[in-house]
Amino acid sequence: MRRLTWFNATSLTLGFAFLYIPMLILIIFSFNASKLVMVWAGFSTRWYGELLQNEAFLSAAWTTLKVAVASSTIATVLGTMAAYVLIRGGRFWGRTLFSGMIYAPLVMPEVITGLSLLLLFIGIGLDRGVLTIVLAHTTFSMCFVSVVVSSRLVSFDRSLEEAALDLGSTPFEAFRLVTLPIIAPAVISGWLLAFTLSLDDLVIASFTSGPSATTLPIKIFSSIRLGVSPEINALSTILILIVTIGVLTASLVSKRSSLKMQADERAAVRN
Amino acid sequence: MRRLVLIAVPYLWLLTLFLIPFLIVLKISLSDTALSIPPYTPTLDLGAGWTGVKEFFAGLDFENFWFLTTDELYWKAYLSSLQIAFLSTIMTLIVGYPIAYGMAQAPDEWRPTLMLLVILPFWTSFLIRVYAWMGILSREGLLNQFLLWTGVIDAPVKILNTDTAVYIGIVYTYLPFMVLPIYATLEKLDESLLEAAEDLGCSRASAFWLVTVPLSKSGIIAGCFLVFIPALGEFVIPSLLGGSQTLMIGKVLWEEFFNNRDWPIASAVAVVLLLILIVPIILFQRNEQKQREAEG
Repeated sequence: MRRLTWFNATSLTLGFAFLYIPMLILIIFSFNASKLVMVWAGFSTRWYGELLQNEAFLSAAWTTLKVAVASSTIATVLGTMAAYVLIRGGRFWGRTLFSGMIYAPLVMPEVITGLSLLLLFIGIGLDRGVLTIVLAHTTFSMCFVSVVVSSRLVSFDRSLEEAALDLGSTPFEAFRLVTLPIIAPAVISGWLLAFTLSLDDLVIASFTSGPSATTLPIKIFSSIRLGVSPEINALSTILILIVTIGVLTASLVSKRSSLKMQADERAAVRN
Repeated sequence: MRRLVLIAVPYLWLLTLFLIPFLIVLKISLSDTALSIPPYTPTLDLGAGWTGVKEFFAGLDFENFWFLTTDELYWKAYLSSLQIAFLSTIMTLIVGYPIAYGMAQAPDEWRPTLMLLVILPFWTSFLIRVYAWMGILSREGLLNQFLLWTGVIDAPVKILNTDTAVYIGIVYTYLPFMVLPIYATLEKLDESLLEAAEDLGCSRASAFWLVTVPLSKSGIIAGCFLVFIPALGEFVIPSLLGGSQTLMIGKVLWEEFFNNRDWPIASAVAVVLLLILIVPIILFQRNEQKQREAEG
């Protein structure tokens, strides 16, 4: 029997207060009229207005979005391929090296990943810009996608694929018609993870970007280095809001689909 | 044929953009600094044929690594990174365990919501979560205002740009990584074991230490490594919350590369950091393996 003792209630309250109060303060002070960030001088949406006028931030946001969509999409394709190869590919030459290269970027310090990619791009004479950031982001996020997808591939019943093959479909058809629909939720969450990682990344983007391409985290970092600014508070509030809506929607959708699946199973049992 | 393509595409991608770049770092760490473009020597001159290759290898040495041991900035930075990462891991465990425990004990219908509340900060920008503390910890910040108001202090204290702020930042940003694996093991814990312990005369507190904690060991280990490994090479937190005296190796590497433009030293710093990380990474992998075997 689970019950909520006063100790557990206190630790949960304090824990979540610690996690959420800093972000709440950030949001509240983004509506502060004063330029002095920590002194309250009445409610105002002034900083949101100024943010929308700020060309530098808007263009950085646009670059970030382009990089995130491109890199997460390529990473999802490559990561799913890599997961399929690792789980279903059987033995091949250099398999250990391959799985090592999938797991190593997950624990590699960002400064090292960034430095090594930059040295490669300089070595082959590739101009740094949007393309190099996309290449860099794809490389580390494909490994995250591959881990998410392979955990789904491990848990599903392989005989379903075999049945499709026995019934005369080609391996590619079996993948498209049987495997892909089953692993689709993992592929989608892999894409979302890759997308967020790319939106969030400061260190690797700083190493691999050039003067022609500035992403939002680079822009935010260079302006908060000088101190707290109300415009950044407004920007942070918008970003927090987007993430919250995204996470809530995703969790509602997955809850509904699991409820629907349970209902279907019950209906199937009754029939 | 299709299988070959399936294997080759991700394989070649990772070879070109993960392994080869790392080999380049290794190579540059063995080179010498030079005032040229690129700012190191030797460079491989394939045009000169076999003698070019021979000269290239003759030009490599361990001088930079020797330099790292002689200049105290570097080993102090490694030691202080290890210390900060270790202590903040312990603090995150102390803060995170009660949260995970409370979640596992909470009524079933609360749990998805609690889970969502832990995951939400994880999806929120890391940079923004660090930034949130800059305003709170500054001299005019809310923490100082609060402490002055309660009368604990009578003049504002410096918290931002000290090591204290770095610890707070690491605990705050990495907390979900600690809570989630511990919660995952506690959630599966068989309640009847605790009842058995209590029936056999164990107090609630000793049942917790003798049954619950040992059974959540794999979650604790996983959580600790998930905090320790990234905290060791952390750059953003020390550079935004730490002060000029905060020495962390990620920051040193960044400055060596961007401010001093010393590529060979930056590369040598990276190689040594990776060597230090090998032990915790292997221990982490082994723990994961054991957990999978226990489940399967």
